[in-house]
Amino acid sequence: MTLSDMLNIGLMQGFAGLSLFAVLLLMGLGLAIIFGQMGVINMAHGEFMAIGAYTVYMSALATERIAPGAMAYYFPVAIVLAFGVAFVFGWIMEWALIRHLYSRPLDTLLATWGVSLGLQQCFRTFINPKEVSPTLPEWLMGSWSPAEGLDIPINGLFVLSLTALVTTGVLVALHKSRWGLRVRATVANRTMANATGIDTKKTDRLTFAIGCGIAGVAGAAFTTIGSTGPTSGQLYIVDSFLVVTFGGAASLLGTVVSAFGIAQTQSIAEFFMTGSMAKVLTLSLIVLILMLRPQGLFASKVRR
Amino acid sequence: MSRPSDPSRLLDLRRRRLLQGAAALPALGLGGVALGQQFPTAKVNTTKLAVTDTEVTVGQLHSSSGTMAISETGSIQAEQLAIDQINAMGGILGRKIKVIKEDGASDWPTFAEKSKKLLVNDKVACVFGCWTSASRKAVLPVFEKENGLLYYPTFYEGLEQSKNVIYTGQEATQQIIWGLDWGAKEKKAKTFFLVGSDYIWPRTSMKIARKHIETVGKLGSVKGEEYYPLGHTNFNSLINKIKVAKPDCIFAAVVGGSNVAFYKQLKAAGITGDKQFLLTLSVTEDEMTGVGGENFAGFYSSMKYFQTLDNPNNKKFVEAFKAKYGKDAVIGDVTQAGYLGPWLWKAAVEKAGSFDVDKVVAASPGIELKTAPEGYVKLDANHHLWSKSRIAQGQPDGSFKVVAESPDLIKPDPFPKGYQ
Amino acid sequence: MESIKALIKRYQLGSLLLLTLLLAVVLPLSLDIFRLNLVGKYLCYAFVAVGLVMVWGYGGVLSLGQGVFFGLGGYAMAMFLKLEASDPESTRIQSTPGIPDFMDWNQITELPLFWLPFKSLPLTLLAVVLVPMALAWLISFAMFKRRVGGVYFAIITQAVALILTVLIIGQQGYTGGVNGMTDLKTLLGWDTRTDSAKYILYFVCVALLIGSIVLCRWIQTSKLGTLLLAMRDKEDRVRFSGYDVSNFKVFTFCLAAGLSGIGGALFALQVGFMSPSFVGIVPSIEMVIFAAVGGRMSLVGAVYGTLLVNAGKTLFSESFPDLWLFLMAALFIGVTMAFPMGLAGLWDEKIKPWWQRRRVERQADAERLAAAHAAYPEVLPPRGGGKAGGDLPEGMSGQGA
Repeated sequence: MTLSDMLNIGLMQGFAGLSLFAVLLLMGLGLAIIFGQMGVINMAHGEFMAIGAYTVYMSALATERIAPGAMAYYFPVAIVLAFGVAFVFGWIMEWALIRHLYSRPLDTLLATWGVSLGLQQCFRTFINPKEVSPTLPEWLMGSWSPAEGLDIPINGLFVLSLTALVTTGVLVALHKSRWGLRVRATVANRTMANATGIDTKKTDRLTFAIGCGIAGVAGAAFTTIGSTGPTSGQLYIVDSFLVVTFGGAASLLGTVVSAFGIAQTQSIAEFFMTGSMAKVLTLSLIVLILMLRPQGLFASKVRR
Repeated sequence: MSRPSDPSRLLDLRRRRLLQGAAALPALGLGGVALGQQFPTAKVNTTKLAVTDTEVTVGQLHSSSGTMAISETGSIQAEQLAIDQINAMGGILGRKIKVIKEDGASDWPTFAEKSKKLLVNDKVACVFGCWTSASRKAVLPVFEKENGLLYYPTFYEGLEQSKNVIYTGQEATQQIIWGLDWGAKEKKAKTFFLVGSDYIWPRTSMKIARKHIETVGKLGSVKGEEYYPLGHTNFNSLINKIKVAKPDCIFAAVVGGSNVAFYKQLKAAGITGDKQFLLTLSVTEDEMTGVGGENFAGFYSSMKYFQTLDNPNNKKFVEAFKAKYGKDAVIGDVTQAGYLGPWLWKAAVEKAGSFDVDKVVAASPGIELKTAPEGYVKLDANHHLWSKSRIAQGQPDGSFKVVAESPDLIKPDPFPKGYQ
Repeated sequence: MESIKALIKRYQLGSLLLLTLLLAVVLPLSLDIFRLNLVGKYLCYAFVAVGLVMVWGYGGVLSLGQGVFFGLGGYAMAMFLKLEASDPESTRIQSTPGIPDFMDWNQITELPLFWLPFKSLPLTLLAVVLVPMALAWLISFAMFKRRVGGVYFAIITQAVALILTVLIIGQQGYTGGVNGMTDLKTLLGWDTRTDSAKYILYFVCVALLIGSIVLCRWIQTSKLGTLLLAMRDKEDRVRFSGYDVSNFKVFTFCLAAGLSGIGGALFALQVGFMSPSFVGIVPSIEMVIFAAVGGRMSLVGAVYGTLLVNAGKTLFSESFPDLWLFLMAALFIGVTMAFPMGLAGLWDEKIKPWWQRRRVERQADAERLAAAHAAYPEVLPPRGGGKAGGDLPEGMSGQGA
């Protein structure tokens, strides 16, 4: 193994870690917004990701049937569509279910788990019980080779840039837009925000829907990595929760840092030991640290 | 869910011909009734199975949901096609076959529970089912205790021989050893990297592969051996490890939905068929529909059957299959093995003149099937099939091109000496 | 007589007696052995549900990882049974006879150290209860002392369930992996797969279940029970009163873990195999729904809830597999939105009061009737043959005029 080979491998492994980081961050971002804002645990978060993935799949099918020439362009449109569809579903769910259960967070857990089961069965019955994959456009496949022996997967780069876009978008929105102002006010002091005339109920609904929309985008990004089935949502749910709780529920920066830490730990461990032992190691470390510091890495407020 | 059929004219014509043929068969059916009277229930069923004068009930136990659904749907379809064809010919011993379908949901405890229900509650005469070795191991104690009969269609690791199971798929020595030998000879492979999903079949297969590579066949050395849980989708670190090891051959036994992620990520990392030799034991036409031809092109698969096999039996079989399930339907190795199950059972029952499991099992050794789509097969006394083995290369359009075929039928040897 | 009545009322033995009757008499007489074995399987889950009533209904702590303790107890028993089934004689076909088959095809050549204690039944039985309790103590002590509760704790229990599942699946050589431990057939030479054995195991299960309910009832009616209720509703006040709240939470959590372990062991005995699919996140959350449907405050209700949901699952997955998940979803949502106290709550809040109201109404009616009779003079019996219309006042004639 020459030095340049080792460097290449190191770079590629580091990139693998970054890819995982992007995936975890996308998953946790939507949840962090919802949990931080409303203290609501949405166990159906994984299914919203699946909704986004299925939207991309359906768009691929539709494009193939209607306008096969546009196959190269449909993907960005499909991602925006994924956001929209998940947003609408999130809006409806908040209106129909969540707003009745704000005072009972543990019951929200159970009720949203019920919604996730229902959504899974919907996927199974109305779309396909087998796993499906959209046909990806040509420019997303393959790898980029800046140097001999160094292969960076293009879809990894794509997911990374998408994550960067979404994260900066959310941060900018939170700090520069009116919605962000309302959100920050409600998180800081709900009663006072109500007193100053902010409609916290509407804000909650909008925030929940946006969180679900981001989950949809995450799901859309995952179609480049693997296939989607009715139970794909459950693969991601615990990881997303751990990312958010580990980072500190009310802090977006916490989510970013925790996603990075978890991703790198798992990637590096995976290189030196088997995949499942790496996962066990990462999870145990997280649980241990959470036991020592239950409010997470960056906590602005202790919540029970 | 099956694919919607394409309403093309050609299809209608073929279907019409099939129906016309079937319409002529009531005459045969009448003959079947006569046969039924020739085989009174009291004589053909002395073990209280679900057999009447006009009907015999069988069970079907596969996963129609979960991570294995992508692989098992083909078996369900093939077994149903065989049963429909047998019924159209008048059934077995003058009785039509009735099927009770159960869903194992890719969960082995569910398989065990449903098998108990089929054998104890429904008293079926035989069961066509299971796909993964884990599901087979979970139902095996039930079949042995209740003295049932299972027709198991998947290529598997061997090291098993049960009176209550007929294995219509290849066992390890037929699939693995011949495939590895071909790789070492044709592709000059000396170093191997073994990859598999984490459950019994890949583990045992790689144990046999390692023995063959290092000790018995002395093909070379094993550079790495890794396993990932079923349903796992993140193979980036593994791919980097493969790049470090630079093996001549990647020997893969990744199962179910994980295949899609694995090959997509291989392609994304620049490992493609023209640069790296990869031989897999677990990608058939069924998995190809999910993986996509563009991600697998140039890699090789070792099976006993491919849809593009060029013989008259196969042409008829593919035609009938597509007529029933749509022109986009694909047929993989396990699907074909599933198709063989009902025919082998029919042959054994007719030879034994009874549905009783003990008598059917006693009549099974030596049964030949000349109409098998893969060619001629024979059932050995160890309940496995003599069959040829083939290597095919994946094409960008998702089909397989057969590049090598074993010269003779390979004898099944589930307990090979030197590999224990 | 009065004291017995008071005892029954205090311990709610009435409903317990009814449950015992149902489980020990009615079901064995009306179901065939196949269905009865299924009921026995459901009752193993009932152990977990009973534990959840104590820890969630009374303690206010939601644990979404009970599958871990169920699995630990189950695997302990399964390891004992597997070792017994892997004697050198029946495993002579393996590369290394005398060890379980999954170790053999994972290229392991001798029994790992941590398997050795499970060669003895007394040690196994101890492990079935103590190992889950020990893990529960570890987790809860660290969490509750730091006042982690509510949603955070629920997520940590999920993470633990995930860790254990990944560990079991990943260490296939030592645990059987995702294939689980199959072919568990004899307990100290006694074949557990015969019909008579299934009957015996069923009754043992029922007896242990009723015993655990009595134990939990006893705790509930003691001072500890009152403290638990107080702690669930207003934790800070209990703390200010001088009690160490975290100790009580740890106690109930360990109790629930021990019960789940027993359930798991009985499961391995009755079903004949153990697999990580009973340990993970999904089954753990399902166990919560058993307790929720039955009534998170009612021990007897938890058993009914478990039986109902599981029976529904088996029935529906046979006939309407597509419909089943929708029904489960509706159950989850309905239980949290419409009847949060479960069936027992429905019974307590709606049906019993309705019944009592009807009794009171009927009693009031009867009293009013009696009072009306007393207030008015007696009605004279009709004269002679008695004309149809009875006695008419003077001056009036009947129809026949």
